Amino acid sequence: MTTTVIPERAPLYKRLPVVHQLRSSVGLQRGMLVAGLVLVAIFLLTAAFAPLLAPYGFGQLRADGELFGSQQRPSSDHLLGTTVGGFDVLSRVIWGSRTALTTIVLAVALSIVVGIVLGLLSGYFGGWLDRVLVVIADAIYAFPSLLLAILAAIVISNGQASKWGGIWATAISITVVFVPQYFRVIRAEAVRIKAEAFVESARVVGAGHVRIMTRHVLRNSTRTLPLIVTLNAGEAILTLAGLGFLGFGISPTQAGDWGYDLNKALGDVTSGIWWTSIPPGLAIVLTVLGVSLVGESLNDLADPRLRTRRRAAALAGTVGTTTAVPGGVLAAGAEGVAGVDLLEGADATPLAGPTPEDDAGSRAANGDDA
Amino acid sequence: MTSITTAEPTDLVPGAATPTPGRRRAGGGLGRYLLVRFLLIFPTILILVTTVFVMMRATGDPITAAQGGRLTPEQLAERIHAAGYDRPILVQYLDYLGSILRGDFGTTISDNRPVTEVLTTYGAATLELAFYALVVAFLVGIPLGRIAAARRDRGIDATFRVSAVLVYATPVFFAGMLLKLVFSVWLDWLPVAGRATTGTEIELQRNGAGTGIYLIDAISTGDPAAIQDVLEHAILPAIALGLLTAGVFLRLVRTNVIGTLATGYVEAARSRGVSERRLLRKHAWRPALVPIITVIGLQIALLLAGAVLTETTFEWKGLGFQLVQYLQARDYVAVQGMVALLAVIVALTNFVVDVIAALVDPRIRY
Repeated sequence: MTTTVIPERAPLYKRLPVVHQLRSSVGLQRGMLVAGLVLVAIFLLTAAFAPLLAPYGFGQLRADGELFGSQQRPSSDHLLGTTVGGFDVLSRVIWGSRTALTTIVLAVALSIVVGIVLGLLSGYFGGWLDRVLVVIADAIYAFPSLLLAILAAIVISNGQASKWGGIWATAISITVVFVPQYFRVIRAEAVRIKAEAFVESARVVGAGHVRIMTRHVLRNSTRTLPLIVTLNAGEAILTLAGLGFLGFGISPTQAGDWGYDLNKALGDVTSGIWWTSIPPGLAIVLTVLGVSLVGESLNDLADPRLRTRRRAAALAGTVGTTTAVPGGVLAAGAEGVAGVDLLEGADATPLAGPTPEDDAGSRAANGDDA
Repeated sequence: MTSITTAEPTDLVPGAATPTPGRRRAGGGLGRYLLVRFLLIFPTILILVTTVFVMMRATGDPITAAQGGRLTPEQLAERIHAAGYDRPILVQYLDYLGSILRGDFGTTISDNRPVTEVLTTYGAATLELAFYALVVAFLVGIPLGRIAAARRDRGIDATFRVSAVLVYATPVFFAGMLLKLVFSVWLDWLPVAGRATTGTEIELQRNGAGTGIYLIDAISTGDPAAIQDVLEHAILPAIALGLLTAGVFLRLVRTNVIGTLATGYVEAARSRGVSERRLLRKHAWRPALVPIITVIGLQIALLLAGAVLTETTFEWKGLGFQLVQYLQARDYVAVQGMVALLAVIVALTNFVVDVIAALVDPRIRY
């Protein structure tokens, strides 16, 4: 995707998002990617086999008619001890992976769908709808995401969390925060692609708007999505944990929730009890680390400034293969400026760039970062 | 739109001959950019404030949320009527916008204080924490980013980058809990929570300058013990919150330095025989720092969110801590007011950052 200026068709399995990058990576980058993939695999397997792996249920307080007891030290019965509420720490950590995975999948799926639809419409049709959506997306994007998620959590669950209510509330809260990111990326790509010759040809042949949008624009604008999905998956876990920590977690009788457990462990820390806070915390760190390492590696492999020679990369940019993150800054921050630079590079090239009017729009879209 | 795109080739063919199509013509000078950027604040604030209003009203009226169950239905209805929550939603909305224009963000239900007063009381604490965190972020992130770029793809670069990802992956409250566990409980070097010991707080209130920023107050008392006490309390929260931003700075500096090292003018200098060390120090370093200004602007939003979590972890009595108290009391008038006020602050700081960035980097003046 990024290594060759003229892409040659390879077998399908070699062109799959992660497989492709794995093949084209070397040395350290490959190490990071592999480490990330291993962590993600462990997370997925834990979530899938939670009922087999966990010694007890997430809401279980007693075995053989005997209470576990509160804040018990790690022992052979409870490998990681028990929480202040009398739950088994290890079991709750394992069950928590299910909650985390469900939330990520829901949140990312929802934001992708909403973001893509809005981004495509906005970028393709332009006009006042575009302007309004861009200003709204920018305003929401600039706002502290956690505060927005708190508001959404209040609206959706009103603080009362059943299992699915809690998961949905968190997922929708995270979606509210993520939609602007997908919107920006897809919109920027749509603005760029609709000026390309093949779209023009499709229009001349008589294709309708819907067909052009789905067949030509959408298919060519999803290239960077795997990268953003991985970065957002990490962000989703962190937001879920943050909401749980602030008391918007899912109640322990409904599901395992790492953020909720950390909230309850806050008092334990002061009295030197480590086993209630470190296991759920480490679970969060390792999971986010796994997805972030994958995301980071994908980003590096997609960013010509970090990978290939600049000249070749700029050339490739005009045929539309190397824009790292066209929508601008992600929450992680670091890659964004590179993305904006590349976007501007593409704009400066005559004919390949968007129309002057859209140019103004895309500047407004990037106005807050640039 | 269709007509414009089809007309484009004829428009742009003459333009293609000149090196700068479109951009210079459409853009104005610095003044125009600043004006447009300034005017953009108002829709931004309007959208955020409206979002907050709509979301909070979607839950029902705040009085029922705060006091429901504790009052009889008649008392409740009376209170709701007195506060005007039974009027049409549009009237309430316009009323709300009007009061915000007058600088009135509402009065909290639980302790009956104007939200603006909550801000002035607790804002200083959050400001102080955010400042310390930025200092930590600068001191750690920028030098390490430079080293990582200079030693690109070697062991040290790998270590720093993985650490940056690790720092990003660690929720700020978990980092805070770990720091507390290690440095306050096990090693007993630093205090567990709070902004100062009770004795120092009383001393600051009696003799301090009254700014609410404890370090300044402590310095104004001239008591070294008070200064030490205040600083000791600040170390762990500052590290917990600062490291998060430090990781972002590290990645950004590294990416930018690698980028500038690959530009034409650095290549030209290299071909003249300038040493790699001098290339980094004299040629590639400063231009790589400009984007950091922009990122600081984005970090303010992140710092505010991080402050909510850090303040809760360390019982640092700032805005975030207070917001969580109001959330737990279900005082949604306070929550709505504080979030709306924070939205205004974020919009204003972003504007200031954009102005600074435009002054520093001429390329930003569209």
